[in-house]
Amino acid sequence: MTAAVSGADLAEAVSNYAYDSVMDSDRDAAWVKPELILDICRFLRNDPSQAYDLLSSVTAVDYVEFFDVVYHLTSISRNASTVLKVRLYGREALSLSSVTSVWAGADLQEREVYDLLGVSFDGHPNLKRMLTWEGFQGHPLRRDYLEPPLPYTWPHGG
Amino acid sequence: MHTQPVIVNIGPHHPSTHGVFRMRLTMDGENILDVEPVIGYLHRGSEKLAEERHYTQVITLTDRMDYVASMTNNQAYVLSCEQLTGITAPDRGQYLRVIAAELQRIVSHLVATGFFLQDLGAFATPLMYAMRERERVLDLFEMLCGARITVSYMRIGGVFQDAPAEFWPALGKIVDELPAFIDELEGLISKNEIVLSRTQGVSVISGRDAVNASITGPVLRASGVSWDLRKAAPYDVYDRVSFNVPLGDQGDNYDRYIIRIREIRESVKIIEQCVKQIEPGPVRATSAMLFRPPVGESYVPIEAPKGELGFYLVSDGSIAPYRMHVRAPSLINLTLLKQMLVGWKLSDAIVSFGSIDVNMGEVDR
Repeated sequence: MTAAVSGADLAEAVSNYAYDSVMDSDRDAAWVKPELILDICRFLRNDPSQAYDLLSSVTAVDYVEFFDVVYHLTSISRNASTVLKVRLYGREALSLSSVTSVWAGADLQEREVYDLLGVSFDGHPNLKRMLTWEGFQGHPLRRDYLEPPLPYTWPHGG
Repeated sequence: MHTQPVIVNIGPHHPSTHGVFRMRLTMDGENILDVEPVIGYLHRGSEKLAEERHYTQVITLTDRMDYVASMTNNQAYVLSCEQLTGITAPDRGQYLRVIAAELQRIVSHLVATGFFLQDLGAFATPLMYAMRERERVLDLFEMLCGARITVSYMRIGGVFQDAPAEFWPALGKIVDELPAFIDELEGLISKNEIVLSRTQGVSVISGRDAVNASITGPVLRASGVSWDLRKAAPYDVYDRVSFNVPLGDQGDNYDRYIIRIREIRESVKIIEQCVKQIEPGPVRATSAMLFRPPVGESYVPIEAPKGELGFYLVSDGSIAPYRMHVRAPSLINLTLLKQMLVGWKLSDAIVSFGSIDVNMGEVDR
């Protein structure tokens, strides 16, 4: 059975590597400082005691006051999984270092996050809209997204 | 002589792209210099739609993601909801889920194999053989839940209803006859000189690259990495059945094809064991339609036919998910497409793309 590494255990391992890099942790996840994400991901992938070689999923959640970028990490050799998070405050010009240099699998997933939630990733090789079209306005998975009104009306109202 | 590269768009409407997928190829004659996948033509905003539906209603949205493997989509979603709410399905419900999921894996792999051979130029015959068997499995789904494709069979805490009496003999007949059918299909294909020369050694992915690019499922196992979530993180009753995880050694197109054939055989074994072990009892823990899960989040990855499928659910304590994210194997398995195709010829591009087995409903969601 895949061992779910708790947020507290992950926080301890990360703070042993980089002092004062963890913001918070709970049962599921650990939050790290946004500016250190690339360094910490490289540690979590390359260090033999961590060996998180498979990046299962990258996504983000809009909590209105802040965004959480969520990384689900899996270690095939240790059969373990954990959740790493980064909290970004504000709604404009959100950016974070891309982890594509650590895991190539982040490529399409970071593009999706950029497209649908508007978090941009510095150092991403090809950061552009993926599911919506070029010229699309806004980021549809944000909580405050409103569909623009149609430029026409149906004949009988509506 | 002076030449210059030509940009060729394959798709979005092309029979070989299995849906609305566009490959923007930079070609030097027949040779591929660069590849850019263009997706999003089938984007329906399922994740946004889920935020405005209650937990049970979202099951119908999951059917429409990977529409050749609806049962496993249902399963991944309800397992994630069950972790969130703390409900556990009764044994009979879990067995029915596993039987349905393995039947769905057979269907998905048959479709993958059929279209893969179609892409190779074996026009229609192997595809029709595969589709003939698929129809019989879809008849079983019709007995279970009345639907063939968009099944919505599973519910939070079990399945929608118990299997009718006529289901079991029909299932037994298919399980008995499938191995002979696989032998027949393999007899046509697996030692075919044209298939071998077109697929062996083409578009090789190393195990290391595959893991680094988050590739999962048969594509990862074809590269020799033993990682199957049914073994690594057993859900439902997978810990009570025994089966092998077939592995490839080259990571080429042929391995990706043959792994699926072998997995069908393993799925048949799993179903046989489930039929022996299943006992009468309730199939659903709760008949409640509306849930208010506690505040929290859950992510339960499962081994869908195409790879690791997981629903990341965030609950704010209301009747609808605050956020739902789908970890779609079809999308993420496309990460290495460029590396697979560059240096090969145009005709190989079609075959290699077919060997990944993507479903555009899941890529775009």
